[in-house]
Amino acid sequence: MKPSPFTYHRPGTIDEAVEMLGALGATGKVLAGGQSLVPLMSMRLAAPEHLVDINHVAGLDRVEVEERTVRVGATVRHRDVELHDGAHAAIPLIRQALVHVAHPTIRNRGTTVGSLVHADPAAEMPAVLVLLDGSVELRSSRGTRSVPAAEFFVGPMESSTTADELAVAATFARPPHGSGTAFHELARRHGDYAMCGVGAVVTTDGDNAVTAARAALISVGAGPVLVDLAGAVTGSGGGFQEAAVRDLLDAQIDPEDDIHASAEYRRHLAHVLTARVLDEAYAAAVVTRRGEEVA
Amino acid sequence: MTREALVPVAFRVNGSPRQLEVPARRLLSDALRHDLRLTGTHVGCEHGVCGACTVLVDGRPVRSCLVFAVSLEGSEITTVEGCCNAEGGMGPVQQAFQDCHGLQCGFCTPGFITTITAYIDENPDPSEVEAREAISGNLCRCTGYQNIVAAVQRAAELRASTSPTGGPGSTGGPGSTGGSGAIGGAGT
Amino acid sequence: MTTKMFGARIPRSEDPRLVTGNGRYLDDLGHDAYEAAFVRSPHAHARILDIDVSEALDVEGLVAIYTYEDLEADTASRVGEPLPLLIPHSTLTHGRTPYALARDEVNHVGEAIAMVVAENRYIAEDAASRIVVEYDFLPAVVGVEAARAAVDLVHDDVPGNVAAVMVQETGDADAAVDAAPHRLELDLAIERSASMPMEGKGVLAEWDPDDRSLLVHTSTQTSTSVRQAVAAKLGLPVDRVEVVTPDVGGGFGVKIVHPWPEEVLVPWAAVRLDHPVKWTEDRREHFVSSAHERGQLHKVRVGYDDEGRLLGLSVRFWHDNGAYTPYGLIVPIITSTQLLGPYKPGVYRVEFQSLYTNTVIVTPYRGAGRPQGCFVMERTMDAIADDLGLDRAVVRERNFIGPEEMPYDQGLVFQDGRALVYDSGDFPASLDKLKKLVGWEEFEAYREQARSEGRTVGIGLACYVEGTGVGPYEGGHVRVETDGTVVVSTGLTTQGQGHQTMLAQIVADELGVPFERIRVTTGDTRRFKYAVGTFASRTAVMSGSAVALTARKVRAKALSIAAEALEASEEDLEIVDGHVRVKGSPGESSSIDLGAVAVLSNPLRYAFDEASQRATQFASAADPNRPPVDAGDAPGLEGSDFYSPIRSTFANGMHAVVVETDPQTAEIKILRYCVVHDCGTIINPLIIEGQIHGGVAQGVGGALYERMEYHPNGQLLNASFMDFLMPYASEVPTVEIDHLETPSPLNPLGVKGAGEAGVIPGSAAIASAIEDAEGIAIRSMPISPSELFHLRKKNREGQTR
Repeated sequence: MKPSPFTYHRPGTIDEAVEMLGALGATGKVLAGGQSLVPLMSMRLAAPEHLVDINHVAGLDRVEVEERTVRVGATVRHRDVELHDGAHAAIPLIRQALVHVAHPTIRNRGTTVGSLVHADPAAEMPAVLVLLDGSVELRSSRGTRSVPAAEFFVGPMESSTTADELAVAATFARPPHGSGTAFHELARRHGDYAMCGVGAVVTTDGDNAVTAARAALISVGAGPVLVDLAGAVTGSGGGFQEAAVRDLLDAQIDPEDDIHASAEYRRHLAHVLTARVLDEAYAAAVVTRRGEEVA
Repeated sequence: MTREALVPVAFRVNGSPRQLEVPARRLLSDALRHDLRLTGTHVGCEHGVCGACTVLVDGRPVRSCLVFAVSLEGSEITTVEGCCNAEGGMGPVQQAFQDCHGLQCGFCTPGFITTITAYIDENPDPSEVEAREAISGNLCRCTGYQNIVAAVQRAAELRASTSPTGGPGSTGGPGSTGGSGAIGGAGT
Repeated sequence: MTTKMFGARIPRSEDPRLVTGNGRYLDDLGHDAYEAAFVRSPHAHARILDIDVSEALDVEGLVAIYTYEDLEADTASRVGEPLPLLIPHSTLTHGRTPYALARDEVNHVGEAIAMVVAENRYIAEDAASRIVVEYDFLPAVVGVEAARAAVDLVHDDVPGNVAAVMVQETGDADAAVDAAPHRLELDLAIERSASMPMEGKGVLAEWDPDDRSLLVHTSTQTSTSVRQAVAAKLGLPVDRVEVVTPDVGGGFGVKIVHPWPEEVLVPWAAVRLDHPVKWTEDRREHFVSSAHERGQLHKVRVGYDDEGRLLGLSVRFWHDNGAYTPYGLIVPIITSTQLLGPYKPGVYRVEFQSLYTNTVIVTPYRGAGRPQGCFVMERTMDAIADDLGLDRAVVRERNFIGPEEMPYDQGLVFQDGRALVYDSGDFPASLDKLKKLVGWEEFEAYREQARSEGRTVGIGLACYVEGTGVGPYEGGHVRVETDGTVVVSTGLTTQGQGHQTMLAQIVADELGVPFERIRVTTGDTRRFKYAVGTFASRTAVMSGSAVALTARKVRAKALSIAAEALEASEEDLEIVDGHVRVKGSPGESSSIDLGAVAVLSNPLRYAFDEASQRATQFASAADPNRPPVDAGDAPGLEGSDFYSPIRSTFANGMHAVVVETDPQTAEIKILRYCVVHDCGTIINPLIIEGQIHGGVAQGVGGALYERMEYHPNGQLLNASFMDFLMPYASEVPTVEIDHLETPSPLNPLGVKGAGEAGVIPGSAAIASAIEDAEGIAIRSMPISPSELFHLRKKNREGQTR
């Protein structure tokens, strides 16, 4: 299984890269981590005529932790984001999700921004971006635009990036104060695509009552499915009404049958895993609150 | 259909500088095996799942079947051949595999050896659970993994006992480049 | 003092080379060879109307393109004929084999249609992708049920898609079932899986036009048979063809089939092009053009008494053999016979139909039909226990053949064409060991404890026997060189089983030489020409025995020569550490090392080094009244011998598994996996344990993860490692092993085969444990969490019987 021939371009700056992509249009494809693209090319399911290798472009390899955001450059490997203590302290959900992305070896090369642009409905990081109201920064010869997460994932394997655009960074927003997060998924084997995965953000007030609760699910729709679960909150001790959670989920998810799991089983997993992450996220929120109070 | 263009690329393999001129689509696995005749790295699937092709790039395990050779300008690549000791004999990870009967047909073994070499660099004293987790991204059809788990711990043991400064594998091997798992900063 | 090697847990001599990246697997060879790629059918069943290669012809670096037309035109060879039907059987009335390149019709996705040869594989694939084939689509037959229904046919001239119908019986089993106090019927199913070694197939061929000789390297389990087949197909004299097995990255059965189309075509192309040609199979090719196994549907009728003793067992099953039958009926024959396990079945009848489908061919995969048979028998045993409210181990014990009843004739014909007679084994003792190892009697307490913690656990067990060491024969050759090195060869092949180490251990003891001085070659027709191959767990029995017998011959000759040289009598001599010496007097004057004996064994006219001077005509103290080489003798300290068994020798084993199922997610986790294993005398415990670990991993894979998913249109939906789920280390449990050794009375070493043991009862034991945990009948494997979820649902809704 060898790829078809292609012409290789190795820009050194963002401007060069963007110019190349502009000139190549639909015939060009960005090569970053390659962990999704290269096997597709080897199987000849993809055969771009031109590859623009951005691995040597300056200025794309930074993780920047700001007061309200964590910004990840296009060539930052999953593994570097995962191990970034500053990013983890600011947004624990990032590492909580990243440890589920394939295997460490794949994470050593694959990039988080690349994963977002690839927009696989079974991928973890699109769910994280959506859950945290993040955005992706796209640059082209026409200028720069920032696409919010809610608009970025257009369909299965389709993001709103156009052929001449380079995604230069993704920005994840910190959840509000008093929030806790968790991420769980179930796969057939270690490192496989999830049959179903759920990330959650639960926000609490000073009395540890839940003021907001959202979940993003993977492998149960055309992209990450964001569900507002505030309506299922019951009592003021972090409880969620099981039937209400199920109804809210079922209204939005649309799992399919495949060889690994039935749609019905996936739906069941969505219910089970969401309950688990909500509990965990709430517990984390309580701990965070306590920590913030002490500080 | 005209012959495709050759692209120059220069990187270091097992401590030696190498220059290649290969088609852009030449996978690193094929470049190592056929252009550089380093056949220790094996190809089991070409879709990144089995791990037999795993080499170290700047000290970190990477699937060589999922990287184009030309993309690695300036990189430091270590293959299983580079995990030998200074005299070309078995390094600690390789010795551990023999001690523990961690290989049968040997085809998947190079991918495990590079992966474990990098792993014990970062985790010099893994528990059995950690050892098993560390190797759970590489497929083996022969051994059932039990002896490979033992080999991880044995390798850590051998590594620790051979030298306080990092063992025989440190001459030009992965641990010395400092590239593995850069924490707290951006990737280089 | 020499340490005894036989039974020693020594590390392997193969390892230093392999772990340092110095293995020589097929694709490591022939860097300057042309490389081949194939156009393979994307359709499961179609007639080929036209093959248009015009777009491919201008690919730079293309060397040649071949289709069936080219094969047919080569009348000097037989490459245009169908590939051989390797193991004929009288009941295989409708056997079919493919052409090396499809002639008019393709019968499975992956069947080869055209071969492209180019400067390298990248270019070969470019050219292949430009070849346009026009098809007339035919309906595809997929799955046993569709094959049986026979609404469509795979082969026009095979009615009902039935390749064979075979019956073996020891009496009127159905009558015995009807007459029994209790009776059960079960429907059982096992899905397709595959050997899936980490290295696919590969062939490298080099033709010497001056010498008119062909050298073929192939990743095979039988170099001697490939040699015969290639010579026959290419129309070459056998002695002009040599086949060498390189290092092989796993076989597990799939590489015993031969000749693969590529094993014929690559040498054929090398001859035509007068240039080395190589083909390295890629993973997708392996999925769709190698072989699968395991898919069967069974219907069991069993009759038993109040104690759970079998009175009658009537089994009918349908075996999916894929599109062709090159390996005959070996797999279902093994299922039919090994299904009986360690039990007395009462009256037994087994009938199977081997059916064609438009899918990849089915040939042996480790276990070779035994896992299916074991699954059927062991689920039946559990069902009987459940029906009578008896302990599952007790029901088995009551049906065991006792050790005092050995040898036990089951009254059937086995896969080697010989009587199915168990020569040895102590099943009650094995079960006892297993129960102790897993804590069978204490499990209920453990279950209660788990229940109080909200956890669901279950325990299962399964027993099997395995006929190993099938014939017809294997041979060995041993030669002591003048420097004291011992060179050993045998004709069968190695795929990671440590044969070089194991056989050297045998020779070290038999000949009295240090292990380090021994070099073993396997699978090279240049070094040993008569062999059968590596399969059916036969190497230790067959080549082990042959090499032992050979070493004994060489030892006798060494003693005879040394006796003359030392002026002692043979009975007073022993060989220790490579020195022949007088017993009880370890001084130098009364010993001679084997290298020197080797020198003396070959009387010379010309010396070529200092050592050989001793053997020249004026230097040696030869008896002038005898010829230098006696009539009937031969020069050299070497010998050959063969071992040919009267029948297979029966290993056995029992596995017990503890599982935990998640009440919510239906995930299945193996908490403990225990094995009691009897392979007769053990040569290297380290290697045996490794074989068991590996087999268990494949058993776990087959029980919980691996299944070939065919769409009804014949597309293989999971033709990659992403979706064909082989277990990683995270999915495989730690295996606890205990041994029993009941030596085989059938061979000089007392050994039995061990290669397949680990995999045989996997599905059976795991199904037993899941059923025990869930209280739901598990009759089909593999099982996934999604499937368990649905079974639970059905059970709650009262639909499961």
